[in-house]
Amino acid sequence: MFNSLRQVGGFLLLMTLITGILYPALVTGAAQLLFKDAANGSLVMRDGKIVGSSLIGQSFHGEGYFHPRPSAAGKDGYDGAASSGSNLGVATKSLNDTIAERAAAARHDDQPVPADLAMASASGLDPHLSPAAAAYQIDRVAQARGLPRERVEALVQANTEGRQLGFLGQPRVNVLALNLALDDIARAEAKP
Amino acid sequence: MNSADLIQILFFAVALLLLCPLAGRYLQAMLAPDRSGALALPERIVYGTCGVDAGREQNWAEYARALLLVNAGGIALLFAILRFQHLLPLNPSGLPGLSWHLALNTAVSFTTNTNWQSYGGESTMSMFSQAFGLTVQNFLSPATGIAVVLALVRGLVRRETANVGNFYVDMTRSVLYVLLPLSLLFALLLVWQGVPQNLEAAVSASTLEGAQQTLVQGPVASQEAIKILGTNGGGYYNVNSAHPYENPTPLSNALQLLAMLSLGGGLVFLFGRMAGDKRQAWAVFAAMMIPLAIAVGCAYWAESQGNPFATPAGVDPALANMEGKEVRFGTVSSVLYAVFTTAASCGAVNAMHDSFTALGGLVPMVMIQLGEVIFGGVGSGLYGMLVFALLTVFIAGLMVGRTPEYLGKKIEAREMKLAVFAALIPMPLGILVIGAFAIALPAGVAGLANPGPHGLSEMLYAYTSATGNNGSAFAGLTANTEFHNSLLALAMLIGRFGPIVPILAIAGSLAAKKRIPPSAGTFPTHGAIFVALLIGVILIVGALTYFPTLALGPVAEHFSTLAGQQF
Repeated sequence: MFNSLRQVGGFLLLMTLITGILYPALVTGAAQLLFKDAANGSLVMRDGKIVGSSLIGQSFHGEGYFHPRPSAAGKDGYDGAASSGSNLGVATKSLNDTIAERAAAARHDDQPVPADLAMASASGLDPHLSPAAAAYQIDRVAQARGLPRERVEALVQANTEGRQLGFLGQPRVNVLALNLALDDIARAEAKP
Repeated sequence: MNSADLIQILFFAVALLLLCPLAGRYLQAMLAPDRSGALALPERIVYGTCGVDAGREQNWAEYARALLLVNAGGIALLFAILRFQHLLPLNPSGLPGLSWHLALNTAVSFTTNTNWQSYGGESTMSMFSQAFGLTVQNFLSPATGIAVVLALVRGLVRRETANVGNFYVDMTRSVLYVLLPLSLLFALLLVWQGVPQNLEAAVSASTLEGAQQTLVQGPVASQEAIKILGTNGGGYYNVNSAHPYENPTPLSNALQLLAMLSLGGGLVFLFGRMAGDKRQAWAVFAAMMIPLAIAVGCAYWAESQGNPFATPAGVDPALANMEGKEVRFGTVSSVLYAVFTTAASCGAVNAMHDSFTALGGLVPMVMIQLGEVIFGGVGSGLYGMLVFALLTVFIAGLMVGRTPEYLGKKIEAREMKLAVFAALIPMPLGILVIGAFAIALPAGVAGLANPGPHGLSEMLYAYTSATGNNGSAFAGLTANTEFHNSLLALAMLIGRFGPIVPILAIAGSLAAKKRIPPSAGTFPTHGAIFVALLIGVILIVGALTYFPTLALGPVAEHFSTLAGQQF
């Protein structure tokens, strides 16, 4: 009896030391050494301040910014400390009413709205738009910023990532990177 | 199906065919009985410290007792850490201790390799709890699965002995030589793709529009790696691998998909090597790959249909059902992940299954209900599958009137009774009986997020996931109540130890038998007929048991959707 207790206790204690302390410590050390930026959350800096992470979506409401997907994270969406999807089913009326409202609000020129602009992401923190959803907003952003349409279109192009390794995942546009590029243009023009 | 999606699906089929035999070779090298030199030092230190005589093997009852003691100790330790996390270090956000029922549910959940989470990680767990509490069980629970399958395979291949191995030796080798090195490598690959690994609890950012955003971080990659490799599935964040910090790129997603199935598939080939007959492994592997491919096809078709209510509202149907899906993954990667994670008893998710179409959500549920044997959890998939193999040779034996044999061992009344107990009782007990209490009582129904048949699906999925030790969810259900936390914990215990104990008894009983040489009347267990029969038995047991409930949930939802009915 005493021997089997010693075995269980010793084993659990030792495994806690190895897998609970040694293992995360090793990974942390190696990660900080090899991939410092990624290991610290791929933060985006502007004027010495952290403005977000290139991996985490954030809210944009202004007419001159590309708007991200609807988000169910937190009360107002894009709450980094409360990731969440809506978890509502396809046959649930409250979901479909919300989708219809969002589609009506975003719709212009009688073009159907890209699905990712009307439907909330899984994480509530999706940093991307589909290329179609970005293209759908070019006119509004160009007008609000007083920029030629082609210029904004070229920015969207430049910020579109293809499938990884040529075949994995989906083509996508990083919203924060795109909006930062728009602000860069505004800044460059403000300085004569 | 568009060609880009087809290429991704084919890529995973080919990659699994190449990777799983390789993993089998690695497993054999790492779990091999004799090791000397520097590599043997770590395991010797463990045996020395714990007072384990590595040379002394155990009979099945001793093996089972050691297993149950380590698991009970693990539950107690994790319960204490979670209950009192506010008194422990590495809690910079000052998170309070967990309620007794959430601590109990979580302790059982991580120890049984379920990793059902009634909580959102970023708002509930301190770094101490995540790393020193949860991560430890993430290693020990798949190691327990490997230990049980090693004992069962030894029972099949050994002759006239009472011994099935030494539990502590099997556990130690699984952790030190299999799970730990692979996790280290995998964690670094994930960091390379963008998964954080640091000791900051959270970073505050001021967004371009001047709002404040809290970016919760910490040792994410180290937990993520073993979460996937050990088919645990318990995420660092609430939304699991849909969170861009847990699964930032299509490549990290692909690596997770392969890592999820590689050890479960590798164990099949380890079994072939131990049995000295690789054809046996390929037959079992085929019985896993074929249902997996069918499930991917069905779920892909269902999700591609999209949301029929959105198109008339002015939404472009081109991207199909994007509710609860991430842009970087789209339909095909989300469907692959949903099927792999439920096939593998992993339970990580990269899309919200609750928001899938009715039939798209039916597929993952069915994958769990088939008994988590299509690859299945690390270890638990193969030992479950081998029990189905015993049922299959028994049914084949009934057809021709011969005593069934598997790998030269006669399968007799005692083994059959135990196999029936392991395969047919725990799952229906947890899903249908305990699930029925949950759906019948007001305290259970109170947590549903969706009305109508989808509400039943939500509840059915929860008890299916818990009993199958999967851990994924139709996450709309608010499960963090005394009622659900306790009942789900009970379902998880039944689903885990209900099969393990009789399976170890089968191992003991088979090990004691003679091995009889194959004769002209022996039913070969490496051919296409055996594979077809085995798949048939798995499908019939799964389908017949749960079809009536599925008809009231997802199937009813599908047909009412077709008729334009919302709830």
